Amino acid sequence: MTDSISIMDRRKFIIRSAVLGCSAAASPLITPIALAQAPWEQRLVVIILRGGMDGLEVVRPVGDPLFSRYRPTLARGRGSDLDGFFALNENLSDLMPLWRAGELGFAHAVATPYRDKRSHFDGQDLLEAGTRTLKGAGRDGWLNRMLGQVPGVTMKTAFAVGHGDMILLSGDVPTSSWSPEARLDLSPRGRRLLEVLYHDDPLFQEAGRTALEMTGVPEGGGGKRASGNEIMAMMMRGARAVRAGSLARFAAERLNEDTRIAAFSINGWDTHRTQTNGIRRPLGELSDAILTLRKGLGANWSKTVVLAMTEFGRTVRENGSRGTDHGTAGVMLMAGGALRGGKVYGRWPGLGESDLYQNRDLLPTSDVRAYAAYAMRGLFGLERGVLERAVFPGLDMGEDPGIIA
Amino acid sequence: MTNQFQAMAAIRYGFGLSPLDEPPASVQDMLNRLSGPDRAAQRWPIAGFEQRARETFALQDLRRKERKKGKTDISEVKKLYHALSRGLMKDLGASVQRAIGGDDAFRERLVRFWADHFTVVAKGKGLRFVTTAYVEEAIRPHVTGRFSDLLKSADTHPAMLVYLDQILSIGPHSPIGKRSGRGLNENLAREIMELHTLGVGASYTQKDVRQFAELLTGLFYNFRTGSKFRAAAAEPGAETVLGRSYGGGTASIADIHAALDDLARHPDTARHIAWKLAVHFVSDNPDQGLVDHVAATFRDSDGDLMAVYMALLEHPAAWATPGEKARQPFDYVVAALRALAVPPAYIGRLKPVDIRRWLFAPMAVMGQPWQQPNGPDGWPEETDYWITPSGLAARIEWALMAADKLGRRTDPRELARRALAGGADARMLQVVGAAESRREGVALVLASPEFNRR
Repeated sequence: MTDSISIMDRRKFIIRSAVLGCSAAASPLITPIALAQAPWEQRLVVIILRGGMDGLEVVRPVGDPLFSRYRPTLARGRGSDLDGFFALNENLSDLMPLWRAGELGFAHAVATPYRDKRSHFDGQDLLEAGTRTLKGAGRDGWLNRMLGQVPGVTMKTAFAVGHGDMILLSGDVPTSSWSPEARLDLSPRGRRLLEVLYHDDPLFQEAGRTALEMTGVPEGGGGKRASGNEIMAMMMRGARAVRAGSLARFAAERLNEDTRIAAFSINGWDTHRTQTNGIRRPLGELSDAILTLRKGLGANWSKTVVLAMTEFGRTVRENGSRGTDHGTAGVMLMAGGALRGGKVYGRWPGLGESDLYQNRDLLPTSDVRAYAAYAMRGLFGLERGVLERAVFPGLDMGEDPGIIA
Repeated sequence: MTNQFQAMAAIRYGFGLSPLDEPPASVQDMLNRLSGPDRAAQRWPIAGFEQRARETFALQDLRRKERKKGKTDISEVKKLYHALSRGLMKDLGASVQRAIGGDDAFRERLVRFWADHFTVVAKGKGLRFVTTAYVEEAIRPHVTGRFSDLLKSADTHPAMLVYLDQILSIGPHSPIGKRSGRGLNENLAREIMELHTLGVGASYTQKDVRQFAELLTGLFYNFRTGSKFRAAAAEPGAETVLGRSYGGGTASIADIHAALDDLARHPDTARHIAWKLAVHFVSDNPDQGLVDHVAATFRDSDGDLMAVYMALLEHPAAWATPGEKARQPFDYVVAALRALAVPPAYIGRLKPVDIRRWLFAPMAVMGQPWQQPNGPDGWPEETDYWITPSGLAARIEWALMAADKLGRRTDPRELARRALAGGADARMLQVVGAAESRREGVALVLASPEFNRR
């Protein structure tokens, strides 16, 4: 394969170790981006927002007079008017041109079936599993099951560490001193022996093969593998958070070739305190990721949908430290040229005390999985029955919201 | 000659075998070492929390002043920052020394286990340089005591109160709450129940979390006075947590301690802790009989941790199914240094910059930046979380570096035999013996599945 970076065609990998896995994206250097080829032209990008994004902060119901009463300090932010009722958080104002072009939309008051315990870790497991309950969650992810329905799909998992885009690594730390060798300096014989050692241990065999590919001298001169220099540079600098923008740039490059599905995570949404400040960085990353995808995809943007979803929303009332605590329903962000945007989808439950879930959270009025299902139905033409049984077991997709243009 | 028990005791419950010391001969030997004095802590000291917090404050103060003045000269700030940063490297160095050189490796593993259970992430909120000190004073002295004491110590420690936002949580009807309009923050209350005690599967409700958060108001830390409680922020009235009522009189930390004691005693906590211990030490999918046995002992002994460890070690499943776990990067690095017969003094002589290059940075590339897991749930346990292409590439790279620096005179077959005892079979010895240099052979041993698993 001339294609460079760390290629793994074993599909299972995506499930647990890569993006769709439990909290695998936690570690900055193995912040992976999961990619898949598929026999169609449309592209789907899923961004998992870890930590519980506050939907009411991002798409603010400023038209509801109760909103500012629940959030005396947080509701002060101005933002951009969307439809006379909702306003978009000011940190996403760079996305307003997309909104006006119909390439940005939202689904409000959505949630996974996860209720009541409000644990990040279980919530994320369920979000990625796409199942109704936690029983059996964590075994495989919904994107993976969707691909399992399509013949001719191959999975790849690529790692930010193996990629040539090492701008995120450039900095002021010198790179030459701790080892004179500049690459993973194993002789061809050493490499072969390592393969022998890994031969009977499937986990090591697979990880080892990719590791050696990533750091190896290109065979036959094809492809542009990451050099030992780059690996070494990673070592020297230690872990540094991989920015969403660079993941998006990389994803766009792949999606312009034969990749059709990409998924990665953005962390940092757990805003228990001083939320106005705390949410600035993750929103900036999200905005950057979407703009980067749009720019990078060029003409292919018109065949693309991006779904950004989180494990749960947050409390309607701001808490004692100008933040919010774990809640239930929240917002999903959708973007892309293939989207019918310019609209806040979903049924607004209202903010009256009796309208709230447990007098505390925004009431979920639709299942976030239904939007993902309709996106895949619209993009890839998957049957409703397949989506409701195999991809999202037990989901009732309900009425078609018509999110795909 | 190392026997099978000794090899497993060292590999599963310690940091691997070293030619420089004798592994425990029996479970009783392990427990004897553990119940003796904590010699490693005395021998390789780590700075206290007060000191690191003070230094952090000095840095923050200076930054604030510089900002106010609008000064562009930041050399003073840099100087303080670098001093703290050097301190962090020294703290890591001392932690590695203890793990390499102590004759009580199980204690070191337990300290890491509990530090992870009560994670405070060394990132933001002024916590970057204080977490080693937090572990040293809030966790370490209690790992051989009662779970309830460990719980109270960790969850009322200033580092935890800052990390999980407890210092910002104010009873809305308390004097401070009424004056300022501020209120509750549920973060610590939820994580104590979900992560530190009952476990997410337990039968607590959102109402319990809320009531517990109200009870916890008042917990506070004033760095300047050292005071740990602020009655003026405590929500008045009694709170009901899991069916029991606490407080109601004059607010005091004793009510909070009482609730923590009850949480420590809850049967769900016993199950949760037993399961975590078994998962960490034995298998990602541990034997149910082992978990039940440890949980029963936890319950019957009222959380006496020595009895709990004994229950773990005396169960046959604790000595079965070797190699199901992967060594986490810290353990991996330490185990390699031990196998290569690196004495603690060697680490002691390293300059902070070398510790950063050889230990701190590589651990991060392997996926485990020192004391910076992603969240309060700590590091994942799953073997395939750790053995990924980039993680394994980093291990191989580090193994080559270590072989280069420390293993030039080591025979790879000898290394495999002494590091893995019976775990190195004839095929492995043959493969590592076939390397074209000692350096590569040594790296092969350290990069092998056998060495990376435990």
